[in-house]
Amino acid sequence: MTDKRQAIALISGGLDSMLAARAVQEHGVHVEGINFYTGFCVEGHTHAIRRRDQARPKRNNALWVAEQLGIRLHIVDIIEEYKGVVLNPRHGYGANLNPCLDCKIFMVRKAYEWLQAHGFDFIVTGEVMGQRPMSQRRDTMPLVSRASGAADRLLRPLCARNLPPTLPERQGWVDRERLYDFSGRSRKPQIALAQRFGFEDYAQPAGGCCFLTDAQYSGKLSDLWQARGRRTYELDDIILLKVGRHIRPRPDFKLIVSREEGEGRFLQGYQGRMTSLSTQSHPGPLALIDGAPGPGDIELAARIVARYSKGRGAEKVELELRHPGGESRRLWVCPMRDEELPRAWIL
Amino acid sequence: MDPLSRVLVDARGLLCPMPVIRVQQRVVDLEPGTLVEALCSDPGALNDIPAWCRINGHRVIETGQRGIDYLVVIEVVHE
Repeated sequence: MTDKRQAIALISGGLDSMLAARAVQEHGVHVEGINFYTGFCVEGHTHAIRRRDQARPKRNNALWVAEQLGIRLHIVDIIEEYKGVVLNPRHGYGANLNPCLDCKIFMVRKAYEWLQAHGFDFIVTGEVMGQRPMSQRRDTMPLVSRASGAADRLLRPLCARNLPPTLPERQGWVDRERLYDFSGRSRKPQIALAQRFGFEDYAQPAGGCCFLTDAQYSGKLSDLWQARGRRTYELDDIILLKVGRHIRPRPDFKLIVSREEGEGRFLQGYQGRMTSLSTQSHPGPLALIDGAPGPGDIELAARIVARYSKGRGAEKVELELRHPGGESRRLWVCPMRDEELPRAWIL
Repeated sequence: MDPLSRVLVDARGLLCPMPVIRVQQRVVDLEPGTLVEALCSDPGALNDIPAWCRINGHRVIETGQRGIDYLVVIEVVHE
């Protein structure tokens, strides 16, 4: 039986959680990582879907960080449970549909449950006081500790010296004097610490790691709820919001139009479940129809899809309308002109 | 224990990291030496599943394509 203390570190794949985990490893603590998959994670999907991203290495940054740190990583599917956080955030939303404070409380709570189930001693996060407007403020950080149930078993190594001593510090499992006092939005202290730890390659996503912080994505999610008349979603819904152009010409249907080959191939996977339109006479996109357009609206939808094809300047473009059962028909339409496509239709 | 036991994880239609999660969930209850064949449609799995194996101590036996899908074969190792 070893008396080496064990910590579970929330690993997002970004720099801060990487530094926090390494900072605790420096104290001789055994660290393992935990990464929560909500369905809204920027990580993974867009790398997989879009062809233009293929020049970049297809790596999952959380796994990559764990490998750099030499720690195990437990990836946990929280898609279903997370709906409660997104749909009914007790502490409200941020600038978009991002329930950051409820999200942080939820994830720390899940990490605390994991800690209890596995006999670990404390939780590590990469939070920095003042860095995020909702979840990383002087007044909300204690709330996260309290509401998650983790209480003083939650250690934030990067800003620990700005906060009251936690259990790991009081017990001497880590030396508080060797922890940090970062605060504010500047990234300079993190970059300097990364250099000190010898990390030369790390991810710093500008908009964070969650699509819900993105205004356009949140707009599309709001539109989905409004069109369906209820606030709910399935995993496919929120993944499709990450793909293609979303155009809603009528309240009862929208088009999801691929922007390039990778997206087109990805959308093909949904043709067994959704009606689709694809150009035949000219190279062009694949579009899914989400909703139930009336018979008169099919031509409208086809004209929009034709507008995004190589035949946009042609007099007529041929498309195939294909239903999930496999039956299909061809139609010729006049591509919609730019001035006919109201900006308000584009989500 | 038959060292050549094989288990299929069908992760087609799932985007990363779901194939990794499916493999992770399946491996927990498997005996050391079991081979797990993960069949995936997301090419990201070709990197992510081996990365997950490296950090968790499992052995990657094979990666490649099977028709339009991607195959990763791993051997379960429990320390």
